[in-house]
Amino acid sequence: MDGLVTKAGGWLALTLLALVMAALAVDAPFAVHMMIVALAALIMLCVTLTRADYSGLLRGLLKMPADQGAYDDDPVRWGVIATIFWGVAGLAVGLYIALQLAFPVLNLGLEYTSFGRLRPLHTSAVIFAFGGNALIATSYYVVQRTCRARLAFPTAARFVFWGYQLFIVLAATGYLMGVTEAREYAEPEWYVDLWLTVVWVVYLTVFVGTIVKRREPHIYVANWFYLSFIITIAMLHIVNNLSVPVTIFGSKSYSAFAGVQDALTQWWYGHNAVAFFLTTPFLAMMYYFVPKQAERPVYSYRLSIIHFWSLIFLYIWAGPHHLHYTALPDWAQTLGMVFSVILWMPSWGGMINGLMTLNGAWDKIRTDPIIRMMVVALAFYGMATFEGPMLSVKAFNSLSHYTEWTIAHVHAGALGWNGMITFAAVYYLVPRLWGLPRLYSLRMVNWHFWLATLGIVFYAASMWVAGIMQGLMWREYGADGYLVYSFAESVAAMHPMYLIRAAGGAMYLAGFLILVYNVWATLAGKVRDEKPMTETPYNAAADRPLAPVPAE
Amino acid sequence: MADTNDLLKSAGGKRIDEATGTSTVGHEWDGIEELDTPMPRWWLWSLYATIVWGIAYVILYPAWPMVHGATEGVLGWSSRGQLEQEMQADAKRRAPVMNAIAATAITDLPAKPELMQAAVQGGGAAFRVHCVQCHGAGGAGVRKLYPSLTDDDWLWGGDLATIEYTITHGIRNPDHKATRTSQMPAFGRDGILEPAQIADVVSFVRTISHQEKPGASSARGAAIFEANCSVCHGPAGQGGRQVGAPKLTDAIWLYGGDGASLTATITQPRNGVMPRWGARLDPVTIKMLAAYVYSLGGGEKTPVPAPEGQKVDGQP
Repeated sequence: MDGLVTKAGGWLALTLLALVMAALAVDAPFAVHMMIVALAALIMLCVTLTRADYSGLLRGLLKMPADQGAYDDDPVRWGVIATIFWGVAGLAVGLYIALQLAFPVLNLGLEYTSFGRLRPLHTSAVIFAFGGNALIATSYYVVQRTCRARLAFPTAARFVFWGYQLFIVLAATGYLMGVTEAREYAEPEWYVDLWLTVVWVVYLTVFVGTIVKRREPHIYVANWFYLSFIITIAMLHIVNNLSVPVTIFGSKSYSAFAGVQDALTQWWYGHNAVAFFLTTPFLAMMYYFVPKQAERPVYSYRLSIIHFWSLIFLYIWAGPHHLHYTALPDWAQTLGMVFSVILWMPSWGGMINGLMTLNGAWDKIRTDPIIRMMVVALAFYGMATFEGPMLSVKAFNSLSHYTEWTIAHVHAGALGWNGMITFAAVYYLVPRLWGLPRLYSLRMVNWHFWLATLGIVFYAASMWVAGIMQGLMWREYGADGYLVYSFAESVAAMHPMYLIRAAGGAMYLAGFLILVYNVWATLAGKVRDEKPMTETPYNAAADRPLAPVPAE
Repeated sequence: MADTNDLLKSAGGKRIDEATGTSTVGHEWDGIEELDTPMPRWWLWSLYATIVWGIAYVILYPAWPMVHGATEGVLGWSSRGQLEQEMQADAKRRAPVMNAIAATAITDLPAKPELMQAAVQGGGAAFRVHCVQCHGAGGAGVRKLYPSLTDDDWLWGGDLATIEYTITHGIRNPDHKATRTSQMPAFGRDGILEPAQIADVVSFVRTISHQEKPGASSARGAAIFEANCSVCHGPAGQGGRQVGAPKLTDAIWLYGGDGASLTATITQPRNGVMPRWGARLDPVTIKMLAAYVYSLGGGEKTPVPAPEGQKVDGQP
């Protein structure tokens, strides 16, 4: 009883504190955010006081199988649902802002729907909401199974899930209201950053706690990658977001760094968000789900060790390549470029280990659409991690920087690698998490695969062309030594490319909507009556020797 | 899998994988094993090659931060140095032409086709950086906002010296004495004319621009025009370049020639502004800009100087 009173009192105090902060707020967005926090705390208060079996309710709502003393998979199931939900949101906003670039009238003349506010909504929704939820969910799933142990600190594990959703809501609503630190991929303001720090440290505790109580002698390679992700993101997040709030009752803060130091800190963070959010933990997913789906041993243990350590050692230095030919001192640009180029092979180590794991099971590419997604994910990973070092070379960068080529590069990585491997993991997880015999439809997975792959091709190809065209137009000199084109002319030249890009994005989103339907139907317990993906036809009538015909 | 696992553990974990003929390492997690395949040679050698290249690169170029400054690299290269070099080389290459343009009075440029051509090229480049934001990529202007520079309907004059003056001193820069300036009164907003009178003037203006047939309204408007507008726009609406008053008899309209637009303009005129580029660009660039604008189609011959010479305010 005392525990209940303390807990309820705590939530009540938090609710009141948030309300006081809202009342004292010096700007409207801060007040809105504190109201959201108050609402969240109030919900927790009700949950605590009524003591109803909310987990049970939620389990019924999401048709989750009851906990049978098995692995602690409830947060994984929530995470899969959240991944899908935020995925739809992030991809839809992406398509919308792609159309805004082609048709500026879609800004609607409103500050809330302007490109400047919707773009961080798109990037954060796909990276942190879609990707982040997929990573938290799969890390919980993988760490339990490869450690043969239930999650350490189950309450904390649930706090991480819900706390992370609150972070997403605060960040997203903040962007729409114009609350931003204007740091790429780190736009949320100081109080949202502090909240994420709390959530992240708890996440680290849960993950490390589970590894510590493992019942296996060794730590599986996937868990090294997850751990590098959780630790490094904590470090990056804290350092890059060091800032001084104007007032603790307002949403505005100023960075602790200034000028080129600020820019370098930001891109040290920005590049390593790509490294430790979009590369290493997704490699962790690869290291678990590819061997499981292919039912083959991992290709090379030695390669996994060498490429892991070289990857995480080298990646952290590569950030300055985002600031070539800027006020950044030459020496820092040199180091950024050199480390990026040496990074090429360590990056490819993951691709080799993933693809070659299919040794002895190559036929599955033909028969298993999930394996097909994994293979294409690894192919795009390999392509993006070749393109990255290439673009970091100054000679290429002087053409590609500030152009759509960068957009092509990140989307080949994000749509091809992060998206495809996540879809594969979701398709793998859903039947297993809900204790169902199989997915509603494998043929729909195949449709998703082709729509997504074609969508990426349209997207990346149009943006490559657009980027190279921009780069060449910007540096085109006439015979008299003067620039040939004005900037506006290069903008006008982009229009057809923007249309093709939007078409690619629409295909990718359409594929994802097929996933949504497929998962929904699977959870509804349906199984589609369809022809299996592979069937070598058997003709019984032909399967016999020709009967000798006696000569008349 | 469970049975195999137990077997594996009892056998020390290691086994030969049938499909590849490679030994496993002996660990197993949730059914996942790892093969003891050596690292691919090409992969390892490529890694070594990039490391060797990296070492060579950091010796050749600025790389390692020290207490004061950083290593400079044996090539002595720096990005600022390279830029300086390239800019100097280009300046040197262009110097003869630039000096010639600088030494030539703008009115003498057309007589030297090569110089004129170079000036138009250079002016075009500067135009694409500084002017396209308002006047459009080809100088076509923006309807109802910024004037087109491609026609011969000039507000302040279209000969080379006049264009150069306009660019140098800008239009309606209140903090600059030599700027082009004038102010059309806000006839409607300030109550100088009644709405009915404005309607009559609009009718008159539309009549002299051949958009309307003469009628009672335009006849009344003629008198109002004579009293209020002709001092700047001229008795016949032919415009007045001394004050940048546009010609009202042709089909070219800066802020629109339909009834509604004309009513809006007379009620509350825009009195558009242009920065004075003399404060930002060097005289040669401005000269070249003038040559470019002049070349867009509407350039006018330099007028024969009037006997009394320059006007009182010094504006050509």
